[in-house]
Amino acid sequence: MHILEVSHLTKRYNNFTAVNNISFNILKGELFGFLGPNGSGKTTTINMLTGLAKITSGSIKLLEFDYPHEIKKAQQIIGIVPDESNLYEELDGFGNLCFCASLYGMEKTTREERARQLLGEFDLIGAGNKPFKSYSKGMKRKLTIAAGIIHEPKVLFLDEPTTGIDVASARRIRQLIKKLNKNGTTVFLTTHYIEEAENLCHRVAFIVKGEIIKIGTVSELIQEAQQESIVQFTLAGGADRLQQALREKKPAIFNIEVLSDTVLRVNTPQLISLSPYIKLFEENNLTLYEAKIIRPSLEEVFVKITGIEAEHMKKDREGRKK
Amino acid sequence: MKTWIAFWSILLKDMKNYYLKPPNISWGIIFPFAWTLMFFLKTQNPIDIREILPGVMAMSILFGTTSMLAVTITFERRSRSFERLLMAPISLNTLMLAKTTGAIVFGVINAFVPVVFAAFMTDLSGVNWVTTIGGVFLIAVTSTFLGLFIAVSVSEVFEAQTFSNFFRFPMVFLCGLFIPVQTLPAFLQPLSYALPLTYGADILKTSINSSGFIQPLLSFSLLAGYGLVLFGFSLKNIKNKWIH
Repeated sequence: MHILEVSHLTKRYNNFTAVNNISFNILKGELFGFLGPNGSGKTTTINMLTGLAKITSGSIKLLEFDYPHEIKKAQQIIGIVPDESNLYEELDGFGNLCFCASLYGMEKTTREERARQLLGEFDLIGAGNKPFKSYSKGMKRKLTIAAGIIHEPKVLFLDEPTTGIDVASARRIRQLIKKLNKNGTTVFLTTHYIEEAENLCHRVAFIVKGEIIKIGTVSELIQEAQQESIVQFTLAGGADRLQQALREKKPAIFNIEVLSDTVLRVNTPQLISLSPYIKLFEENNLTLYEAKIIRPSLEEVFVKITGIEAEHMKKDREGRKK
Repeated sequence: MKTWIAFWSILLKDMKNYYLKPPNISWGIIFPFAWTLMFFLKTQNPIDIREILPGVMAMSILFGTTSMLAVTITFERRSRSFERLLMAPISLNTLMLAKTTGAIVFGVINAFVPVVFAAFMTDLSGVNWVTTIGGVFLIAVTSTFLGLFIAVSVSEVFEAQTFSNFFRFPMVFLCGLFIPVQTLPAFLQPLSYALPLTYGADILKTSINSSGFIQPLLSFSLLAGYGLVLFGFSLKNIKNKWIH
């Protein structure tokens, strides 16, 4: 069942087209990743989906609510975590959560109970009575996520949730996102960390210059980009001696790469049977410890499809945050 | 019910976070006190306190509401916390009424600070308090909505302060607060009648000293009209400028 249906969505600012005719659907309970470089239209899309930006053309339907007429009804069931924490610096953690809950019409006792519960879940119990301005970046991010789910939304929009925070906090936030999704919350996640999308998302869309250029499950995208099989052998030693022998026996091999005296990588045009290799190692008195199929990462798929270096994309974004 | 919970929360948060902070409370007390003292020293006559009271009250409201609202909204927009409110499931009308009600209440409280001072210094018997309270309320409403109009027109806090002063200081001299409109040069008088504070100050003059010259009912109607126009215009601007 689709919880979000986006059809031919376009956003123009005067002569500039920020989002150009994009269409996608999100299934109930799905964790959907939206990947793209800085300025690709990710935040503009989120802004349209959350009611902060007007739609130039196209349509959005969230559950039974059509945008823009029923946006206020839709906002009741969505949670939003923007790319930068936007809670109130003067309020403490508990006060911020209670205030956010009240915006969704939650009664005093219910919102206080829920705020305490979330402070516990997000390891912020000790910081609940401290002003938000005294929080570290990681704590701010966690509280912002807690504020986004205070009213138990059906769909959560997360805009770059782990950008600019330390590794431990980012790891904890990823765990929390997984847990939220496991508990039934549909998540729309924008990120420029491709490995984050690969680990978290069920499906991913690549957006570049306002257009979705690829959409699918992580394994579908990888499979589509995988035009060769790579097998990595780990031996006790003598990997370099095998290079010539392999070339003679396996003409279909694209490439043989000796990474060290113990590691050898073989590229072939299709899936390969391992038994001839094992036989060959035995004939040459070489001990095989491991044979591993190397799949391309989502990052490699992204680079292949978009031509944009992922590292460049990450640095660009982090530079902008500083 | 849900809307009211959100409305009260926004109002209480603003009152607690912005309006009831020591610098604002002291401003609300010191500002009218300084003006009253200045006129008192100039005139050396306790009777005159009652004459200047409408002007000091109107000015206290004007200065208390316009810049406070313009600055707080601009500040929240800069810190992006205002986006959180725009993305909440409450109508824009309710949201902006909640944001402005805090400033209106603050303006009304500010207006009565000089009244408390005056009560110790002069006889306030014969004041029509119902009309005074009505006038104070409508001046606070129009001044607050003027502050909202300013907040929507600028993007930086310093711009909000500068723009507020651009309106406020001329109004002190043009709206009959201390200099009667009828005594102003003829070419300035149309400008005076175009400003809402002229009608608010005249209501207070009528109710406190019976020295107003415009029918109070007309002044009330015009002030209410100004309030509606400023609020409506600001909402339209917010929809166009802040929800891109």
